[in-house]
Amino acid sequence: MHMADALLSPTVGGAMMVVTIGVAAYSIKKIQKNPDPDESKVPLMGVMGAFVFAAQMINFSIPGTGSSGHLGGGLLLSILLGPCAGFLTMASVLLIQALFFGDGGLLAYGANVFNMGFVACFIAYPLIYKPFVRKGITPKRILVGSILAAVIGLQLGSFSVVLETLISGKTQLPFGTFVLFMQPIHLAIGLVEGFVTAAVVGYVWKARPELMDYPGKVAGTSSVSMKRVLLVLVVCVVMMGTALSLLASSSPDGLEWSIGHVTGGGSLMSGGAIYDFFARLQQKIALFPDYQFKSGDSPGGTSFSGVAGGLLTLILAGGIAVAIRGFSRKKKGSQLK
Amino acid sequence: MSHHRVEMRKVSYIYPDGTTGISDVSMLLRHGESVGIIGANGAGKSTLLMLLLGILFPAAGEVLVGDVHVTPKTVSSIRQRVGLVMQQADDQLFMTTVYDDVAFGPRNEGLNEQEVAEKVKAALETVGLAHLGGRAPYKLSGGEKKSASIATVLAMEPDVLLMDEPTAGLDPQARRRLIRLLNRFTHTKIITSHDLDMIMDTCDRVLVLKDGELVGDGAPLALLSNSTQMEEWGLELPLSLMNCPNCGAQKK
Amino acid sequence: MNRVSNALLNLRQMDDLACKDTPIHRIHPLAKIVVTLAFLVTVVSFGKYDISGLLGLVFFPVILMALSELPGKVMLKRLLVLEPIVVGIGLFSPFFDPREMIFFGLTISAGWATFLSILIKGTLTISAGLLLIATTGIDRVAEGLRMLKIPKILVLQILLTYRYILVLIEELSRMTRAYFLRAPSDHGIRRDAWGSFAGQLLLRTYDRAQRIYISMSLRGFTGEYHCGKNRPMRGGDWVYLLGWCGFFALARWMPLAQLLSLGLKGVMNP
Repeated sequence: MHMADALLSPTVGGAMMVVTIGVAAYSIKKIQKNPDPDESKVPLMGVMGAFVFAAQMINFSIPGTGSSGHLGGGLLLSILLGPCAGFLTMASVLLIQALFFGDGGLLAYGANVFNMGFVACFIAYPLIYKPFVRKGITPKRILVGSILAAVIGLQLGSFSVVLETLISGKTQLPFGTFVLFMQPIHLAIGLVEGFVTAAVVGYVWKARPELMDYPGKVAGTSSVSMKRVLLVLVVCVVMMGTALSLLASSSPDGLEWSIGHVTGGGSLMSGGAIYDFFARLQQKIALFPDYQFKSGDSPGGTSFSGVAGGLLTLILAGGIAVAIRGFSRKKKGSQLK
Repeated sequence: MSHHRVEMRKVSYIYPDGTTGISDVSMLLRHGESVGIIGANGAGKSTLLMLLLGILFPAAGEVLVGDVHVTPKTVSSIRQRVGLVMQQADDQLFMTTVYDDVAFGPRNEGLNEQEVAEKVKAALETVGLAHLGGRAPYKLSGGEKKSASIATVLAMEPDVLLMDEPTAGLDPQARRRLIRLLNRFTHTKIITSHDLDMIMDTCDRVLVLKDGELVGDGAPLALLSNSTQMEEWGLELPLSLMNCPNCGAQKK
Repeated sequence: MNRVSNALLNLRQMDDLACKDTPIHRIHPLAKIVVTLAFLVTVVSFGKYDISGLLGLVFFPVILMALSELPGKVMLKRLLVLEPIVVGIGLFSPFFDPREMIFFGLTISAGWATFLSILIKGTLTISAGLLLIATTGIDRVAEGLRMLKIPKILVLQILLTYRYILVLIEELSRMTRAYFLRAPSDHGIRRDAWGSFAGQLLLRTYDRAQRIYISMSLRGFTGEYHCGKNRPMRGGDWVYLLGWCGFFALARWMPLAQLLSLGLKGVMNP
């Protein structure tokens, strides 16, 4: 599910980088707030990252078929380390994969961490797996919880890939085809991940049950963490919405064409009122109001504003990340009183 | 020179699952002594080392290093004076270059980079690895790794050196080099090992543990040459004290 | 297992390449990181039909490869492994956009133009990433990350992950060998051994993490990562940084490949 740079546009890459930086800053703050000594987490997270690497090399042979499946690791990490530590560990694993193995581009890093880290640790784990085992840990609950969390998590993740590729507008792949291609494959992958995760968690729970209680997993904080999860989700939606609107008027061909293809002719936004609104908004805030997609007559593609847009986004990214940190610091300050 | 003394007064430790680690152990080690701690597997050797460093705290009794009680508050200052060379070098070499590993301790002490560089240089030269500072740990041989992990501890200039099974896994020549190195150190040394011949070559005193209890304390030759007693303790005669394999003649 | 030995080989190879001493290797990691990112942004900012513009950017990886003495075979092997995914997605394009375009005097469908564009972008971006790590190495990259204000604790964690990947992969190799010596007809780990196989490795990993933590605390670690001073950027590093960024901007604005071909034509037909 690793995205390559070639399929992204600078704006989408930048936007996803913003989101990832924001979530990472939040995770670090959350870990540091923890009452247990946090310095022991550093070697644990480090070595668990190496474990995920090694575990991804294991060929789990699937009974009945002749093929084998592999572990992704995000869900397992968040079950054993908690969502924040799990997310940061996934982020380091993905960085090393991107740098040393070329698995996933460097610009696409933010998107990859989001698709494979955030979705698993902050959506699949707390919203699906945890409710299942809240009443108590049994092998059956572990199994059902893991499978559902893994499948849904991977579906969301691969759907994000589809959206990110589509919004970037660098391919001709229509939405419908892409979805029909990605989702079933990741359904199968999700099933394997769910089963394998359940098997490993079950083993750990039987052999060393004390490891299942990661520090910070205290009863009563669950409602607080739900709020935090929702906050982060809202921030992400806003980010992605911004990116979407910035691009809505710039790539009418790609997005609308494929949507038109899927819906059989009509534009997705009926009446075009919303479309016009976004177009006017973008005109107002954009520094390069003549940012337009040139059709295939000229050899040039998007204009200079494409690059400037990307760089501007990155600067914006830094500013938003700082703002998020300031926000969470303020929240922490008010909670201490 | 009392700050190099290591003392245990009636110390007992019980593991969380109920098994006894140590029971009622008392000992006093003086400055500059070289002590070997031997015993069968599970006798409590590693537990002893961990109690000395404040990794574990006793259920009963007191542990004193340099006349300071080992408590959670005093642990960090004690660890500046007591160094441990662990059994697995890979657990101790966790940075990506040898230099960074050896520099880790001095940097945590707050020294500036110049002082750190001097300490690293001195430590690497002592163990004979001066040329390998930039190497990644995975590229080192077993003996080099062991020397590197010793360097990481030496860079902190401890007064007391603890070593857990230092010759385990070393080939004969690396082992011999390690023995020579240990004999050059003037620190107070506490070495746990199954390598009884190495203990004889490096230690001037031996403590024997059996089932968590201290059952022997004395000069190496006297203790280790008594074959019946060694068998009782779950051990054997050191190889160098055994009868000649060819003619069966006894050692004199 | 093929993937395991491949991964080990990869890491060692990249490590060895990063140890070389060439002008590129000596450039400050921060400069290299920024230039690589600028390059990537420039490449992906080109639209889906733009090919000639992209070609102008080829100078970057080619010159870098030459200056850093990176063996071409290494690059080629990696590209062959990583391109198929990009190519796979790109291959759909010709089917979905049959509109025609004029390109360098030839008439091809827009879909093929997109495919070519993706292919070139893929090659450029993958090479850029590879070049970065092959000329910098994990320690210098960590230094660059720290200068980018990434929390030092996070950088330490990344270094630890990198350090122990090899250790854990070797442990895994041993376990795998032991497994398949007793189950030679299996093609992968059996269903009823899934939990215990990975679980054993996991538990050993936990114990190792404990020992490493003890090792770190014994040497004074209390949560703060004290690393050496970061090297400052020097004149040569700034020249590298600004020079390449200037070139990328130029290549973005002006169709360099076309200019070159025009110039060539002019030379050949005076």
